[in-house]
Amino acid sequence: MATYLEFIQQNEERDGVRFSWNVWPSSRLEATRMVVPLACLLTPLKERLDLPPVQYEPVLCSRLTCKAVLNPLCQVDYRAKLWACNFCFQRNQFPPAYAGISELNQPAELMPQFSTIEYIVQRGAQTPLIFLYVVDTCLEEEDLQALKESLQMSLSLLPADALVGLITFGRMVQVHELSCEGISKSYVFRGTKDLTAKQIQDMLGLSRPAVPIQQGRPLQPQEQPVISSRFLQPVHKIDMNLTDLLGELQRDPWPVTQGKRPLRSTGVALSIAVGLLEGTFPNTGARIMLFTGGPPTQGPGMVVGDELKTPIRSWHDIEKDNARFMKKATKHYETLANRTAANGHCIDIYACALDQTGLLEMKCCANLTGGHMVMGDSFNTSLFKQTFQRVFNKGFNGEFRMAFGASLEVKTSRELKIAGAIGPCISLNAKGPCVSENELGIGGTSQWKICSLDPSTTLAIYFEVVNQHNAPIPQGGRGAVQFVTQYQHSSMQKRIRVTTIARNWADAQSQLQHIEAAFDQEAAAVLMARLGVYRAESEEGPDVLRWLDRQLIRLCQKFGQYNKDDPNSFRLSESFSLYPQFMFHLRRSPFLQVFNNSPDESSYYRHHFARQDLTQSLIMIQPILYAYSFYGPPEPVLLDSSSILPDRILLMDTFFQIVIYLGETIAQWQKAGYQDMPEYENFKHLLQAPLDDAQEILQTRFPMPRYVNTEHGGSQARFLLSKVNPSQTHNNLYAWGQESGAPILTDDVSLQVFMDHLKKLAVSSAS
Amino acid sequence: MSVNQQAHTGPPYGQPQPAYQGYQQPGYGGPPLPGVPQSQYGAYNGPVPGYQQPVPPQGYFPSLGFPSKGSPVSLNSDTSSLAPNFIGSLRGPPTSGAPPPTSGASLAAGHPGYSQFGQGDVQNGIPASAAQVHRPPAPQPFLPGSAPPASQPSAFQQYGVPLASAQQLSTHMAGMTIGSTSTPAPPPAGLGYGPPTSVPPVSGSFTATGSGLYTPYTSSQGPPPTSVSQGPPLAQPPFSGQPVSTQRLPSQVPGFAPPPSSTGIGPSSYPPATGAPRPSPMQGPPLPGQAVAGAPTSQPNHVSSPPPPSSMSGPHPGPPPMGGLHGPPPPTHPPQPGYQMQQNGSFGQARGPQPNYGGVFPGTPNYGSQPGPPPPPKRLDPDSIPSPQLNELPPQQKPRHRIDPDAIPSPIQVIEDDRSNRGSEPFVTGVRGQVPPLVTTNFLVKDQGNASPRYIRCTSYNIPCTSDMAKQSQVPLAAVIKPLATLPPEETLPYLVDHGESGPVRCNRCKAYMCPFMQFIEGGRRFQCCFCSCVTEVPPHYFQHLDHTGKRVDFYDRPELSLGSYEFLATVDYCKNNKFPSPPAFIFMIDVSYNAVKSGLVRLICEELKSLLDYLPREGNMEESAIRVGFVTYNKVLHFYNVKSSLAQPQMMVVSDVADMFVPLLDGFLVNVNESRTVIASLLDQIPEMFADTRETETVFAPVIQAGLEALKAAECAGKLFIFHTSLPIAEAPGKLKNRDDRKLINTDKEKTLFQPQTSFYNNLAKDCVAQGCCVDLFLFPNQYLDVATLGVVTYQTGGSIYKYAYFQLETDQDRFLNDLRRDVQKEVGFDAVMRVRTSTGIRATDFFGAFYMSNTTDVEMAGLDCDKTITVEFKHDDKLSEDNGALLQCALLYTSCAGQRRLRIHNLSLNCCTQLADLYRNCETDTLINYLAKYAYRGVLSSPVKTVRDALVNQCAQILACYRKNCASPSSAGQLILPECMKLLPVYLNCVLKSDVLQPGPEVTTDDRAYIRQLVTSMDVAETNVFFYPRLLPLTKADVDSDSLPAAIRNSEERLSKGDIYLLENGLNIFVWVGVNVQQGLIQNLFGVSSFSQISNTLSMLPILENPFSKKVRSIVDMLQVQRSRYMKLIILKQEDKLEMLFKHFLVEDKSLSGGASYVDFLCHMHKEIRQLLS
Repeated sequence: MATYLEFIQQNEERDGVRFSWNVWPSSRLEATRMVVPLACLLTPLKERLDLPPVQYEPVLCSRLTCKAVLNPLCQVDYRAKLWACNFCFQRNQFPPAYAGISELNQPAELMPQFSTIEYIVQRGAQTPLIFLYVVDTCLEEEDLQALKESLQMSLSLLPADALVGLITFGRMVQVHELSCEGISKSYVFRGTKDLTAKQIQDMLGLSRPAVPIQQGRPLQPQEQPVISSRFLQPVHKIDMNLTDLLGELQRDPWPVTQGKRPLRSTGVALSIAVGLLEGTFPNTGARIMLFTGGPPTQGPGMVVGDELKTPIRSWHDIEKDNARFMKKATKHYETLANRTAANGHCIDIYACALDQTGLLEMKCCANLTGGHMVMGDSFNTSLFKQTFQRVFNKGFNGEFRMAFGASLEVKTSRELKIAGAIGPCISLNAKGPCVSENELGIGGTSQWKICSLDPSTTLAIYFEVVNQHNAPIPQGGRGAVQFVTQYQHSSMQKRIRVTTIARNWADAQSQLQHIEAAFDQEAAAVLMARLGVYRAESEEGPDVLRWLDRQLIRLCQKFGQYNKDDPNSFRLSESFSLYPQFMFHLRRSPFLQVFNNSPDESSYYRHHFARQDLTQSLIMIQPILYAYSFYGPPEPVLLDSSSILPDRILLMDTFFQIVIYLGETIAQWQKAGYQDMPEYENFKHLLQAPLDDAQEILQTRFPMPRYVNTEHGGSQARFLLSKVNPSQTHNNLYAWGQESGAPILTDDVSLQVFMDHLKKLAVSSAS
Repeated sequence: MSVNQQAHTGPPYGQPQPAYQGYQQPGYGGPPLPGVPQSQYGAYNGPVPGYQQPVPPQGYFPSLGFPSKGSPVSLNSDTSSLAPNFIGSLRGPPTSGAPPPTSGASLAAGHPGYSQFGQGDVQNGIPASAAQVHRPPAPQPFLPGSAPPASQPSAFQQYGVPLASAQQLSTHMAGMTIGSTSTPAPPPAGLGYGPPTSVPPVSGSFTATGSGLYTPYTSSQGPPPTSVSQGPPLAQPPFSGQPVSTQRLPSQVPGFAPPPSSTGIGPSSYPPATGAPRPSPMQGPPLPGQAVAGAPTSQPNHVSSPPPPSSMSGPHPGPPPMGGLHGPPPPTHPPQPGYQMQQNGSFGQARGPQPNYGGVFPGTPNYGSQPGPPPPPKRLDPDSIPSPQLNELPPQQKPRHRIDPDAIPSPIQVIEDDRSNRGSEPFVTGVRGQVPPLVTTNFLVKDQGNASPRYIRCTSYNIPCTSDMAKQSQVPLAAVIKPLATLPPEETLPYLVDHGESGPVRCNRCKAYMCPFMQFIEGGRRFQCCFCSCVTEVPPHYFQHLDHTGKRVDFYDRPELSLGSYEFLATVDYCKNNKFPSPPAFIFMIDVSYNAVKSGLVRLICEELKSLLDYLPREGNMEESAIRVGFVTYNKVLHFYNVKSSLAQPQMMVVSDVADMFVPLLDGFLVNVNESRTVIASLLDQIPEMFADTRETETVFAPVIQAGLEALKAAECAGKLFIFHTSLPIAEAPGKLKNRDDRKLINTDKEKTLFQPQTSFYNNLAKDCVAQGCCVDLFLFPNQYLDVATLGVVTYQTGGSIYKYAYFQLETDQDRFLNDLRRDVQKEVGFDAVMRVRTSTGIRATDFFGAFYMSNTTDVEMAGLDCDKTITVEFKHDDKLSEDNGALLQCALLYTSCAGQRRLRIHNLSLNCCTQLADLYRNCETDTLINYLAKYAYRGVLSSPVKTVRDALVNQCAQILACYRKNCASPSSAGQLILPECMKLLPVYLNCVLKSDVLQPGPEVTTDDRAYIRQLVTSMDVAETNVFFYPRLLPLTKADVDSDSLPAAIRNSEERLSKGDIYLLENGLNIFVWVGVNVQQGLIQNLFGVSSFSQISNTLSMLPILENPFSKKVRSIVDMLQVQRSRYMKLIILKQEDKLEMLFKHFLVEDKSLSGGASYVDFLCHMHKEIRQLLS
């Protein structure tokens, strides 16, 4: 048998699933003693080039409370044309279409290699995708121009039959009617007044007239599209019109006096966008794309007053409970986000400004609906332009890498229950026998709605082993989990992807080494990190850190090999060896540390952390550092200050930033212009190598990272210095007595100190 | 105008002789009268001492009413006969005659008599006083010396000061006049006569002329007693004031002709002559004799009248020359004459101006026209005049039992008389307390220190000195002010004065603005406020030396020192928020609901606006208007348009949040017409298209106003909204209204609710609008009830105008609407205006009527004020006034001009004060009074049942007339109705008010119409109310095709219509063309282009354009009338005996109306009954 590493990798590639434990402790008690919960990272739409969707409906278990999908783990009686559900053991008849079934003639869903399978179902009316642009006009001329161009460009990227709409806002909110000729027409709303969905629909003239009811005339179904089409039009019809309209877009004309922020009605604008879609296209795939260049300053959802002398809230203010508008604004956006999610729409936030824009308050809009959140300094940067363009990227088969209105249902075998999920989803509140009472993340349900997802969207799903200690599972027993994801494909098809996985049970007392060996420390680190970040949203930072530490210590105590009270004897097996280091970096990461980050930045980082797949998440936790030198090929090096050497070029990828750092000597050489001398061409190549690698990363990542090119002593070197393990600081510089590396001016503990303490605590008999 | 009714009397005047005849008639009436008069006299006598008080009035009475010429009719209602009314005022001359003698009382009586008579003679009146008086006269110097510049008014005052007695005044007058012309005194007398005469005392027999005579008598009588002094004084003052003007002089001349002769020497001569005679008279005979004597002289003409016709001629001539002569005649008639004289005098004075009436009569013209020069002719005239009067008299006498409609005061006659008497000479405003010509008279105004009557008209130009008097008379003291009135091209606009950075010079205490009445003292270093007497330093930059008369050397260079009306440039202190205002904006807000689109209205408006925008008001000679424009359309939601010049296409912005209105854009909403011309044109082209298929029938209203208001707020400017609206706003929005039209409420206590707004929402909105200077003009096109009472609230309180086109149809109403729109857009208008009226200590502006908002009790605030808007202000006493100082009004209007300049427009007016009621009654103006009463009543219906309001009106007028009868007319039979000359039309006009749609609606009058008219009338000026309540009826078939003139108007009674004629009736809102059944076919063909009566279409809304003289003439008449009115009148063509004729008959206001309104005759009887009740 291949190693667990290979197994894990294979499973991930096939099913998009990574479990923290790949052999499951068979009793509830033991499971809790494992410290790291039984959980998995699920990438529902993981791109599978080798997986052609089948064009029929899945076969469901007939038990109403189960309805699991026929899968390779089911026992099939080919003679009787019966199959037994592996979750509830219900015996089911195959549907008539399966009459010809036999061992030799199996449908795809019964083949082991199709543990993940995708169905295309022909159900319901197909509605085109909807893109509703919500554009802030309180921008600098330059920014607005850049944004206008990006928006105009985006029209060519949209599917031809997609519906587009435009809402602009500043002091007022304007909903543009796109169908009219001659005079351009827009509906204007005041930016200070919160309106109910009904009011908005009435004011936009979207309410269905009460006329049809009179005289018992039959409803005229075509009426609705006619009405809504005023604001949402197929791209191919009005792209010229809209291009002109965007071109004529002016900055918000209301005067802004000195010392004031422009009045920006983001809250109302979003509310109207949501209300508009809610009234016209409920439960169809739609993106509300909010482009904002500053914080909301009036009306519901305002984040800061318009007086420039009052700065926008900082973490400090929040801790002091000094953020006047935060709670109210958050509530406003939460309400909106929930409504949006309920309608299956999503909200993207593209915030470009040098100061904060209120992402903290608005984050739920993107978090709960699966929308994107992009933060930049200006719309006139390639960061924004490329990121925005990438939203409309197409996959290998020419399809948009986006899906809408998904619902994820999880089914488990009896020994397991579902504790919750963490990711860009909301609960659908589907109670059932497999729902645990203990919640981790968004719990209390076996179904979640993910309004928008792309192939990399990843959810963490936590389970609870409920099998009692006194009811041992027979040897060779397997637990199974089935993930059923229904979604609207970008081609407007309805699809269902079903992933069914099974893992062996093991008795933790007798077979701990099996369980230990099957530990996926990367997945575990990310899963724990998600839990930590999830808690950090609602709890005080230090509490979360303490919780994380305690978990780590307990894990070390459980799985470490040591003599009591002898730190030096402490050893961890290979499958756990990296885990403490991940935790060390996680503790220092911006996901848990708010120091040096604005609330907006924290929200932004956490947003992305909660939805990226394992690889990216790991990069976020522990950035990757490559070194380029004349002494060998580029190599990954320790994320440690000792890696910062004068004759090296470093390339750091933190997911959000890509930093190229020239060592002192290299920088001097570059300044001296050696790279331009033919005889030093190799130096030129050396300089070029990290740039090329960085480009590669930049090409693929969403959102596009901040690209930093710096050198020893450069101000932007801080991006690197803040990430590396401060093994050398001003405190211990001489203690180490080494000349290599660069001291970091920090009081943070280094990994070495951290590990020392960890060992001490782990082996301590006191705890 | 017409100086009190004197004017009316005037006519008689001219016919002093007639008056005489009148006397004679009295004689005729003799039987009746005699008795009466005598009794009256007796009464007087008794009172003699008391006379003085009663005098004035009594004097009048005696005559019995003076019906104006013909008018004097006696109405005999129940009572025996109503004496002709007559203002006049003189009570039974007869009695007077008696009294005087008896009265020996001489002092009082005599004085009065004297004084009156004499104005010329005045001096005679009281020896001592006389002496003094004389001096004064001689002294004209006094005048100057006294103080004020040469202006006579001042002179008066001074004089007045010296001698309080009327006599003195009279003397002054005389002096004054003399000074000016020398002859003054006489005129008064003559004048006086005229008027008095007009009402024949006794029986209906008194023709106007007769009456005139009577009046004299009466007056004389009355006067002699106490009244004389009083009466005369008052009268005189006016005269004096008036006299100053050349006009008066002339008039006086006639009467006094004799004196005049002396006049050459004028003053001196008088003094001597008068002095001598007077003294004697005074002393000697108690008044009577002297009076007579005096009278004769002064009143020669009158005198003549007093005596029998025959004698008259003789006597008169004689008397005039000699005071002594008079003496003789007096014996019998003399007394009367004397009295008459006096009265006349008083009247005369008053009439002095009116003498012009005389003009009417052959003789009169001379008077009027002939100033001093033609004394002799005048005399002659008098004689000649008598005869006409005589002629007239007879008819009057006839109707004792049945009232002859021809015998009751005729508005047409009064108007014609005034027109012919006063229309030819410019009205010079230099003299205090002058009564201007009637509004129906065309005259020029020369501003010499008082505001033109085009700006201010008062109910009385002689204010009682005390509140007791005012209460007793019940005559409301009110001024009708039209601050931005349009002037005819021949008159100069108010000059703009810039007092520099420190702003206009004002009194420190009361903040009155510098005006001609401020008195500079201490060599010009300080000035004393003419309102509050506070002394204020003259700012250094404004200092100027005084000349030897105490006048500033730069008097004529500074409009604020020499003119009654002028403007100041306001400084930043006078601006809102201490910022100079931006130019105002016009916002056009068009209803685009189904009805508006379907009727073609939207397209029409858009088409019209395209060209109309080039005619926005401009200031002075600016090349383009500074006014910016904006556009909004609406139904249930509002559509704003961005018409920024840089756009290729207009942008439309819909605001559906009507619950919380706001303006969706700033830049591009209000634009300069020239800059955005193409975008605007494109917008106006597209609006009708965009809404062509609309099915929206509901509208909002309040949010529309709010939108405009917000837009102006955002633009930080004042402005005007033009709202074109079609239906009751029932869509869900603030200010949503219910249909609450309920005709059953009429004549119940709840009727008032029909005039009240449904909700207070609009009141609050109006308040906000006023604060911003947002004026709202409303064009309504209802097909059913839309609650004008509520919709109009904002318009009304912001100083805007409402135009209503019920059942609007493009073909028939297009012209009217477009003309109104054009006029409304183009007319001169001020924004963000505040008006305050300051008055001399003693009276105070207490009540205001008009289209405005008041946040406190003194400041009238108007978001917008155009040239047609009028504010009526009522004054009450809070202290005593003095005759010497008179009463001053200063109306200051702070406003933003159409170019955004902040200005103050100041109007000053000086009035006389009186201690004798007779003076009050002699200087009233009935048209203004009606304007006030109508507004007062129309406001009353908001809070009281209509019936209560009507009764109160009748009651007040009865009290006014009863007070006159009791205090100013000589004793006579209670059965006689005696009306003051100046108020002889009060009953007929009052009846029109009572019958108006608001106070007595006919079945065809809708609730909206009533509310509409109510609001309309509240902003009307005197000319408009005059024609509105008593429409003008012109016989078109009598028009002279070859001249420009209008045919003579006829009275509004069906009896006056002939089946063979075509008539035109206009009331300021409508023009009716009524075609009699027997009209010649040729005329019909010429006018309507059809061959017979039956082929005339009922639905014509305009006269066909035909190329024949008659058609051209009629159309030119119609056009001329349209131009005169501030609104384009709806033309309705009616055929006699057609169903629609009812509409027309509604406006024949002298007839019984279908809705229960009384006919003129019946109402007059009713009034008479009321008066009698009050008297008994």
